[in-house]
Amino acid sequence: MITLLNYGGGNLQSVANLMNSLNVDYEITNDTKKILNAEKIIFPGQGHFGNVMENLKKNKLDEALKTALNRGVPFLGICVGLQVLFESSQEAVGVEGLSIFKGGCERFTKGKVPQIGWNRIKVQNNNTILNDDYFYFVNSYHVVAKDESIVSSKANYYDDFVASVEYKNIMATQFHIEKSGKAGAEVIKKFLLK
Amino acid sequence: MITKRIIPCLDVKDGQTVKGVQFENLIHAGDPVELAKKYFEDGADELVFLDITATNDKRKTILDVVEKVAKNVFIPFTVGGGIRSVQDIRDLLSAGADKVSLNTAAVEKPDLISQASSTFGAQCVTVSVDVRKYDGEYYVVIHAGHEKTKWKVLDWVKEIENLGAGEILLTSMDADGTKNGYDVEVTKLVSENTNLPVIASGGAGADVNHFIDVFKNGKADAALAASIFHFGLLPVPKLKAELCKAGIEIRL
Repeated sequence: MITLLNYGGGNLQSVANLMNSLNVDYEITNDTKKILNAEKIIFPGQGHFGNVMENLKKNKLDEALKTALNRGVPFLGICVGLQVLFESSQEAVGVEGLSIFKGGCERFTKGKVPQIGWNRIKVQNNNTILNDDYFYFVNSYHVVAKDESIVSSKANYYDDFVASVEYKNIMATQFHIEKSGKAGAEVIKKFLLK
Repeated sequence: MITKRIIPCLDVKDGQTVKGVQFENLIHAGDPVELAKKYFEDGADELVFLDITATNDKRKTILDVVEKVAKNVFIPFTVGGGIRSVQDIRDLLSAGADKVSLNTAAVEKPDLISQASSTFGAQCVTVSVDVRKYDGEYYVVIHAGHEKTKWKVLDWVKEIENLGAGEILLTSMDADGTKNGYDVEVTKLVSENTNLPVIASGGAGADVNHFIDVFKNGKADAALAASIFHFGLLPVPKLKAELCKAGIEIRL
């Protein structure tokens, strides 16, 4: 059973549709108890860093998430679900993220913003379930990790940027797995086997 | 680097695709869901659905289509046509659309852009900009190109950028339907004067050079076409392979 975190916004239904197409059992919840006892958690993020953090805090989901992640529950974050794992974002100055990883989110300074479309990721180490492939991105901000060793893939938008991180039980992608066609479905399948 | 996007556009009326779609191996070519699945399999990068349902009482049919597409197609898709309010947008996004495309309503009620952008995020607000050339100057037109507005194209583009649009769907009404190629001039003009991604539309024929031209010279971020895909004149996989050979960054 996969627990889809419902923080009150974003692309939850798209992720649920993908789960249905793969015949995966899931529940959608904002219940902290269910988060704490989850077997696996997916956090489908979309929208504004500040709004997402506010929604998490309002329902005490931030603490539940941190506890579950520390306990080793396999976790997959998507888009803003990656960004809030870090300490801060230029999108919401003064708002503290979940601070599971050191670093913050910065706005793209070159090219058109947001980046919209398919970009090819390059895997950075062997400890990843990802392969070099095209994934769908929609983002104005990207994470800058203090610890490069957690970065599992990068892509290029005028400069290289972090496309995903993986550390122990935690994995998160800047790209939208749920909108990345077959490549995205493969990632979900591998996450389920992890 | 980010790739150029190829976007088939489906006109939907009363829940069915129109424009004489012809696919030999597709029994239900009139069914937008089946057609969307085919384009998904073919490697289309995104899809656009344009609802041209005229009567209000049948407008709910598009929501049904959107819901079914979202359950079967795992690439982003945009829905446009007849959107008048934030509630219309909410309904479409809740049904599973990733973006909406605003056109006439955006010109008549520009607040709709800012409301949509602040409510749902700029990433899901595409503004459809239809243009026609009058005495050497491009103007925005509305009501399917029948009505000229006061807006010169670049003034309107700046305006919608300030209002919070996330992307521009630029259609040359002069080129639309000609199959003589995109209007590269206006595409370049807009693309070089905005910080938003630009989808070029109108005029694509079954000629790979039309696409090469609009990407290389028009600086488009994406290219939209309808009939050449629907009639199988230039299938998506062939187009993408040819573009790749021509040195355009494309997802294969």
